Amino acid sequence: MAQKAIREYDAKSILAKHWGEYFPSFTYAYETIMVENGKALTEAAKTNTWLNEKTLVAKPDMLFGKRGKNGLVLFKDAKPGDVKLAKAASWIDEKSSTKQNVYFSFHGDTPDGEAKTDMLTHFIVEPFTPHEQAEEYYISATCVGDDDMLYMSAEGGMEVEENWDKVTEVAFPITATEKEIEAKIRANIPADVADKDKEGFATFAIGFFRAYRELNFAYLEINPFVMQGNKIELLDMVAKLDDTAGFMMAEKWGDVEYPTSFGMEEKSPEVMAIEEADSKSGASLKLTVLKPEARIWTMVAGGGASVVYADTIADLAGIDDLANYGEYSGGPTTGETQFYAETLFDLMTRTPDTSGKGKVLIIGGAIANFTDVAKTFTGIIYAFEKYAEKLKAANVKIYVRRGGPNYEKGLKDIKEAADRLGLWIDVYGPETHVTDIVRMAVEA
Amino acid sequence: MAQLFTRDTQAIFWNNNASAIQRMLDYDFTIDRKTPSVACIVAPTSENKFQKFFWGADEIMVPLFKNTSDAKKAFPTADVLLNFASFRTAYDVTMEALEIGGFKSIMITAEGIPERLARGMNAKARALGVIVIGPATVGAIAPGAFKIANIGGTIENIINSKLHRAGSCGLVTRSGGLFNELSNIIAINADGIAEGVAIGGDRFVGSVFIDNLLRMQDNPEVKYMLLLGEVGGTEEYKVIEAVKSGKITKPIIAWCIGTIAKYYDSGVQFGHAGASANGDQETADAKNKAMSDAGMFVPKSFNDLPSLIAEVYTKLKSEGTIGEIPEPIMNTLPKVRKSKEFICTISDDRGDEATYAGFPISSVATPDTGKGIGDVIALLWFKKQYPKWATQFIETVIKTVADHGPAVSGAHNAKVTARAGKSVVESLVTGLLTIGPRFGGAIDGAAEHFKYADDNKLTPAEFLNHMKKEGIPIPGIGHRIKSLRNPDLRVEGLKKFAKEYFPSTPLLDYALTVEQLTTSKKDNLILNVDGTIGILMVDMWRALGYSEEEINKFISSGTLNAFFIAGRTIGFIGHVLDEKRLEMPMYRHPMDDILYQVDVAEEI
Repeated sequence: MAQKAIREYDAKSILAKHWGEYFPSFTYAYETIMVENGKALTEAAKTNTWLNEKTLVAKPDMLFGKRGKNGLVLFKDAKPGDVKLAKAASWIDEKSSTKQNVYFSFHGDTPDGEAKTDMLTHFIVEPFTPHEQAEEYYISATCVGDDDMLYMSAEGGMEVEENWDKVTEVAFPITATEKEIEAKIRANIPADVADKDKEGFATFAIGFFRAYRELNFAYLEINPFVMQGNKIELLDMVAKLDDTAGFMMAEKWGDVEYPTSFGMEEKSPEVMAIEEADSKSGASLKLTVLKPEARIWTMVAGGGASVVYADTIADLAGIDDLANYGEYSGGPTTGETQFYAETLFDLMTRTPDTSGKGKVLIIGGAIANFTDVAKTFTGIIYAFEKYAEKLKAANVKIYVRRGGPNYEKGLKDIKEAADRLGLWIDVYGPETHVTDIVRMAVEA
Repeated sequence: MAQLFTRDTQAIFWNNNASAIQRMLDYDFTIDRKTPSVACIVAPTSENKFQKFFWGADEIMVPLFKNTSDAKKAFPTADVLLNFASFRTAYDVTMEALEIGGFKSIMITAEGIPERLARGMNAKARALGVIVIGPATVGAIAPGAFKIANIGGTIENIINSKLHRAGSCGLVTRSGGLFNELSNIIAINADGIAEGVAIGGDRFVGSVFIDNLLRMQDNPEVKYMLLLGEVGGTEEYKVIEAVKSGKITKPIIAWCIGTIAKYYDSGVQFGHAGASANGDQETADAKNKAMSDAGMFVPKSFNDLPSLIAEVYTKLKSEGTIGEIPEPIMNTLPKVRKSKEFICTISDDRGDEATYAGFPISSVATPDTGKGIGDVIALLWFKKQYPKWATQFIETVIKTVADHGPAVSGAHNAKVTARAGKSVVESLVTGLLTIGPRFGGAIDGAAEHFKYADDNKLTPAEFLNHMKKEGIPIPGIGHRIKSLRNPDLRVEGLKKFAKEYFPSTPLLDYALTVEQLTTSKKDNLILNVDGTIGILMVDMWRALGYSEEEINKFISSGTLNAFFIAGRTIGFIGHVLDEKRLEMPMYRHPMDDILYQVDVAEEI
């Protein structure tokens, strides 16, 4: 995926790093720290004196919003703005010790939908900033359709979705010049921004939008920021980066992390190993485990074909039977394909089949443009040799369908290998419709 | 432009992706194209001038260039750029090509170009009316005319999928792998495709579904279209609008893949980077329903797509919209072919009679042909038929340099070797091996330096100054005994011939002004025979229409020296035969002719 969410802490760090470039007429203290537990916070106070000197705000930094409504923002002990270091540390330890329920959407203050439950592992701690509601503003930027959008509002800290009428939106084509952008922003400053702040708001918005573009953010939101003369506080931020720009931005982004979202299953070591292999290869290797105990596993070549197989399994068998989604493509080597296949075979043979119908392995794919089918199938055959006993024990039926360069040899080799190893296999080429093996597997 | 490509379309291929280029040429050969679809290759880091590729069983040479602008200059009619640069450089390559201009379409294969760069690049191309195919695509094909790189896969698959000749379906997909699959399905259930484009899997691609479908609407070969969309984005709705407004009237069969996405939250990325639904209307189900409501042919599932294609095709055929497609004659690629180790572009001994640059030897050999050794040299050295004055000049040079007595180093060497009892060829080469910068090299040097001075418009005084600074005596100037008052008659003969028969002699004219200056300093600093030959060779090539660059190449590759070698070989052989005839004994140099001064080696 090209757009990747980053932590609030990283978003603030990136802006802070380039503050002088984009916001030369404003100051930002950048007093913010991310910790995983109370002890780390106490430790951090030794070098960050403000943690001892100021009262604090603490909240989880794990890509989800609505932290206030979920009761996960610490800003008061007895009364608002009196949280000291010790209290923040003990609160973080308390919140990170047990799984927490988090609702992602609300109707007013009432949770809407199901809660996700997971451990809180990352917290951001900042000074408590006393300020007037009137000093809070909203700003965000993203790309919609072909245009960049800038959203601005005089109402900071609100639920944007519920107050869309208070947001001014301005669209910019990618070809807009710096001058045009400036003029358009100045002409569209929300009317209810306080008069004394109008000039400052415009200057800040211009810098913000330039930072969004030049630092290759895919999404950037500050809700709210506080403007007190030329002093800016970033109270809450949400950001996504266009990670395809990573090769140009390594220096500018610094050491940024792309965490999985709260409540998502932690990536298993297997999935992480595939991701690692993918990042080192010119080919593409992708794996998502959806339901490890389900009976139908897919090893499909090609981004489009893998979707078509998943669609068809959902249509014909239902999603309860679908164990994984993934694809390998772009001419992976024999070794890469073998590694991918072994990872998959290992996962699918960990639990015995409970359906009574046996497990199914779909080795599918469309007619390849340039991937050498025999070469990639050689990798699968090596994996067969290693996992033959386990595959037999799990009662796995294998359905193969593939076309493309050298496919006759690939199909012949895989059939021979399976027969030699005593694996159940059915093999089809391009004369069979691409997803027809799903029908055969489901009807069998 | 109703058609994306024709049988005359040629591409510049950026990056030497030899296997993809070979696939294109195999396709060209199979469909009997007259010209290769790859005009040339841009390979920035290659030192080679061309690369060999198979053309059927034969091989052809495809030129290599260091940059797009040189490639485009050499092949101005090649109006497709196949940009196979990596995601790091693909943007720069595209932007440069847009600056250079003259491209109708640019295909970009890289996946994961930074989104902001991709958007800027696509917008610029659109403003200039250039069709961008991709990024992150396997390309496009106009069956029977032009195929991009790997699209369609192997030749066997291309023929099985009827991609070797135009059918009647216009195919547009996002996915490259499924493009092939659909071509196959359309071949099985209908009569193949007329034009197909895989628009690419990245979120921001240049030409989108509607751009391609509108062009196909105008392409008379396309009778109906097949659109394979994906979950995510709103591009399909532009097509729906065009159908509703009547801009598109041809039937469209359509399906969006990714119906599974609705079962999972946004954490699972299905398929391409562009495939992620933001909001209900971007789901595959919503788009499939909307397309069906707009009157497009939408199957119940992907598995039902083949039968729907058969149904629409059969209907159009029974209505007479689609006729029979004749099967063209195809060339068959040889199963086994071997790359050639050597290349020969000057002569050929395969036919009835061996040829020199296409001319049978008998047509230049005997006196009645009117051809001399100068003509043979022109054919074998330059692969051109030179006019009479030029071949006669070459012969004059050969005759002039044939010998210069026994004392010159080469002749002396040849004689010493012959007296050691060695054969003609052994003796000859010891003579030839002395030819170089000091012996015979003045021809090269004179041509090089006088041409440099003339090219840079140096006055004779400036030229002399320049050579002084360089610290080299002017090659081609000066003679042991000859002077203005006692001229070298060989030089006089060459000059006279040139004045009479050359169309013009600008470099000689310049050299004579230099000679005026040098002889004013010292009487024997005349333009000598080496200098005259080198300078007149340049004048000859200029008059024959060679570019300055080509002439510089002749000089730097030692072509001028070659005239001296060819001529002097005659003289050396004469000296060797002379020795054989005289049966002179082994030569030992007299000791009193050697200054001996041998100190005892110091210890260090």
